[in-house]
Amino acid sequence: MAELNSKIPKGPVAQKWSNYKAHQNLVNPSNKRKLDIIVVGTGLAGASAAASFGELGFNVKIFCYQDSPRRAHSIAAQGGINAAKNYPNDGDSVYRLFYDTLKGGDYRAREANVHRLAEVSNAIIDQCVAQGVPFAREYGGSLENRSFGGAQVSRTFFARGQTGQQLLLGAYSALSRQIKLGMVKMYNRHEMMDLVMVDGKARGIIARNLITGKLERYFGHAVILATGGYGNVFYLSTNAMGSNTSAIWQAMKHGAYFANPCFTQIHPTCIPVHGDYQSKLTLMSESLRNDGRIWVPKKKEDAEKNRQGQLKANDIPEEDRDYFLERRYPAFGNLVPRDVASRAAKERCDAGFGVGPTGLAVFLDFKESIGRLGKHVIEERYGNLFQMYEKIVDENPYENPMMIYPAVHYTMGGLWVDYELQSTITGLFVAGEANFSDHGANRLGASALMQGLADGYFVLPYTVQNYLSAEIKTPRIPVDSKAFADAEKKVQDRLEKLMAIQGTNTVDHFHKELGKIMWEHVGMGRTKEGLTKGIALIRDLRKKFWSDVRIPGKIEELNVELEKANRVADFLELGELLALDALERNESCGGHFREEYQTPEGECLRDDQDYKYVAAWEYVKEGEFRLHKEPLVYEETEVKARNYK
Amino acid sequence: MSASLLRFSSITKKIWMALLGIFLLIFLVVHLSINLCLLKSDPTWFNDAARFMGTNYVVKTFEVVLFAGFIFHILLGIILQVQNWMSRPVRYAVNNKSTTPFLSKYMIWTGGIVFIFLAIHLVNFWAMKLGWVGGPRFADGEPNFYQKAIDLFSIPAYSLFYIVLIIVLGFHLNHAFQAAFQTLGLNFTKYSKCIERFGMVYSIVVPLGFIIIPIYFLLIR
Amino acid sequence: MNLTLKIWRQKDAKSKGKFVIYKLDNISPNCSFLEMLDILNESLIRKNEEPVVFDHDCREGICGMCSLYINGRPHGPDDAVTACQLHMRKFKDGDTITVEPWRAKPFPVIKDLMVDRTAFDRIIQEGGYISVNTGGAMEANHILIPKPAAELSMDAAACIGCGACVAACKNASAMLFVSAKVSQFALLPQGRPEAKERVMKMVKMMDDLGFGNCTNTYACEAECPKSISRSNIARMNLEFICAKASWE
Repeated sequence: MAELNSKIPKGPVAQKWSNYKAHQNLVNPSNKRKLDIIVVGTGLAGASAAASFGELGFNVKIFCYQDSPRRAHSIAAQGGINAAKNYPNDGDSVYRLFYDTLKGGDYRAREANVHRLAEVSNAIIDQCVAQGVPFAREYGGSLENRSFGGAQVSRTFFARGQTGQQLLLGAYSALSRQIKLGMVKMYNRHEMMDLVMVDGKARGIIARNLITGKLERYFGHAVILATGGYGNVFYLSTNAMGSNTSAIWQAMKHGAYFANPCFTQIHPTCIPVHGDYQSKLTLMSESLRNDGRIWVPKKKEDAEKNRQGQLKANDIPEEDRDYFLERRYPAFGNLVPRDVASRAAKERCDAGFGVGPTGLAVFLDFKESIGRLGKHVIEERYGNLFQMYEKIVDENPYENPMMIYPAVHYTMGGLWVDYELQSTITGLFVAGEANFSDHGANRLGASALMQGLADGYFVLPYTVQNYLSAEIKTPRIPVDSKAFADAEKKVQDRLEKLMAIQGTNTVDHFHKELGKIMWEHVGMGRTKEGLTKGIALIRDLRKKFWSDVRIPGKIEELNVELEKANRVADFLELGELLALDALERNESCGGHFREEYQTPEGECLRDDQDYKYVAAWEYVKEGEFRLHKEPLVYEETEVKARNYK
Repeated sequence: MSASLLRFSSITKKIWMALLGIFLLIFLVVHLSINLCLLKSDPTWFNDAARFMGTNYVVKTFEVVLFAGFIFHILLGIILQVQNWMSRPVRYAVNNKSTTPFLSKYMIWTGGIVFIFLAIHLVNFWAMKLGWVGGPRFADGEPNFYQKAIDLFSIPAYSLFYIVLIIVLGFHLNHAFQAAFQTLGLNFTKYSKCIERFGMVYSIVVPLGFIIIPIYFLLIR
Repeated sequence: MNLTLKIWRQKDAKSKGKFVIYKLDNISPNCSFLEMLDILNESLIRKNEEPVVFDHDCREGICGMCSLYINGRPHGPDDAVTACQLHMRKFKDGDTITVEPWRAKPFPVIKDLMVDRTAFDRIIQEGGYISVNTGGAMEANHILIPKPAAELSMDAAACIGCGACVAACKNASAMLFVSAKVSQFALLPQGRPEAKERVMKMVKMMDDLGFGNCTNTYACEAECPKSISRSNIARMNLEFICAKASWE
């Protein structure tokens, strides 16, 4: 089995990336034409990588399951993108961005990767501005910055509440240009079903044409997966309905390791669940915590009355309100990082102080800031969010406090990659949320967009080229060769197996069940017993799924239920690994909170002695995984406990 | 000719439509100012104006331009409409309920009605001028438009028909005015509200001016 | 709530479609429209029938994938939202709701309520970008952009490419979509070097694909879930006139 060699270049952390670039191998222009690259996913990482490779002169094939590359879920990111420009002159630097990101990740990320991310962050902003991304501006015409959780400087660039959309459309436009030039071939409504391996290297994919239902074979000298995170394993999350883990899960079955699956980020400010039929949770930007105060009733009976609809929030007097974040974290107050705020809200609700019809909500109150700044200021800052809240909940947030509850939002874990973003499979690269590389155990706000674009624009074009320089003599492998035929056969068999079940329950039924198990036993507060029970329940559910799911229609036609079933089948395996990783990690850090490991005040208790490593899981067979550890070495920074009090 | 019109890009066609429309809007004002002379009980004002329009070479040249303008405006309108119908081969089962300026959806229909009016109008006056149809004439053989107008307006049914069609013309103008500016790209500044209001006033005042005349003849004379 | 749904069913692009009527009981008014369709589909699958196919993904009103023509309006009876953010409380108990796919020649139906909108991608590929290669950008703050221009550009850039403008337009015109992209770049100094070529190429592709002509009825603006202004169309017209007039 592959050794875990992270291939971190030599030298001081600040010079590693320059050193790498100075000594890497390149491919000359006439050879680039002979090399094919497959990119799966058209989000920030995928679209930017495909566009950049096209510009360099490689032949690129890019795939997405949506009807257009512009729909990828990067589009939903609201807040902003970080960069170490230091325009406000408030003391920011590449080092500080590096340090904040590393610390925010609870020291579970690689120093070298995070430093590279901080280094290229400024070039991302330059690139996006040149593409015509309409970032917010000062009156003088220069770029505007705002502050975000987990940092003491203002380094976040934003385009209203739609930064992700604007950055994605920027990458999409660059991609469109290359499609027009013929450098990139776009395959929309195509879903990757399996990876094709030839002589131990990733050499192509089997994709299903979602309109005809037919399986198609594609060859590439290298394969890049930029397929996003796996938050939908919880069913209810802020991810898009189609977001899935299947591409990386299939890669794992071919030998790619899955790193830190248990690091899942729960975002504190989402609109609470309101019914069984709910399909999706809506995020409200973290920026709301700048002016909103979070509270629950002090008295249990008040909370109880509110749940039954007998007592309105506004009727609870000031002295009977518990502003629990301000009480517990006087220094950061309502602006503590996401993981801390989420856990605190859950703690209050579990203790019986939750509000709203389900009791799973806390108040986010703007009364004080409306009184202090005036309604128009609040409207200017958050008008679109307030409007969205009112559309969904049918309550005016200017008059009544909002109700919020944490929801699954981002997964820091993903396929293990080395410094070059290459997985343990030679020739298979992984970018964006799909890899594990830069956020450690917790991601700071406005860092996801930064990482996606860093990987796509400024890392992969170098590192993949380094790999391809050794492939210039490899001719294009015909897709009618045995390796492709076998891979397609395998996929066909699996689809037929799914279709043959014809049980009694729908795919969504199983997905919802899985979500409930995950949220209850592998959610925000994890225990050994809960995780053990969760694993048993998931195994049981998986068995039921494979004997009782009902998929109407045929394989060779547009069949949405079959698409979903294929994804849920993989989630049912991933869920178990997620729980297993959580069970194995006997500490609390970032997005992973084990109730057994907390300080007397209820804070994370990290164990740097025993768990300062990346847990990289190898797939052995269904339900069986082997753990490999990549120790994390901190040369540049001192490993400290996070303290926001 | 229509083949080359078809090759125009959608916006080019629209621009021509708008330019010709604005030209016709100006023409209407000239026409109205002459018509208003009918209100004067002394027919010489109107007859002098009509004679000037009929004999002046500049005006006669413009007559050709005007005809061409009408023809192109109508032709383009039909081409655009046919293309528009073709771009939605399968119609919706439920009619569109979007909030839009009511009259904007019916430009081809109001235009068509105005065209019928135009045809009758041309038969009445222009054909008479050319001598294709009979009508009152002066001693020197020149057509007496004043008398013709009075003859027509003295038929109440014709006056009513005239009034109704002028109102339809008003509907056409109501949308046409600001649409022409929008098409010419002059509608995204702070003056757009002004243009909209001016268009509204125009589409009421000009038809009103035309309508006053038959009313005057019906009720007062 | 008890509802009667009249939904367009069409097996594939070549088949003839028809409306099928479904009854649905006990729908919560807090349900989103798409969740209501999920409930319908769940019941259809349990009855061994084929579920209704419709496009959707993010369900938070930003990806632009959902595309339903509900009771005569794209995205339904609420203003400035996509179908995924439309809630059933906007309907009354006992209502009959007719759901149709987007109808336009360049948006052929794929199945049931799902249509093919790659025409929009093709228009963008003609020039909906600024030609700058990765790494070839100058320092971001060297380009100063007046705040009002940046704001207007952002207004236009908010387009989610859902196609409601085409669906609403009586002529199936794509002018609002195309003009939003043209405007976004026309307002920024970075976009000026290619401005002429961009507008001419994008308009040509729009015409070639068979979209209708704009007759200034502004149904597009009224139905746009992101409230993109018609002033973008005026801006594009002017850009087009200037480009034509000075084209060599």
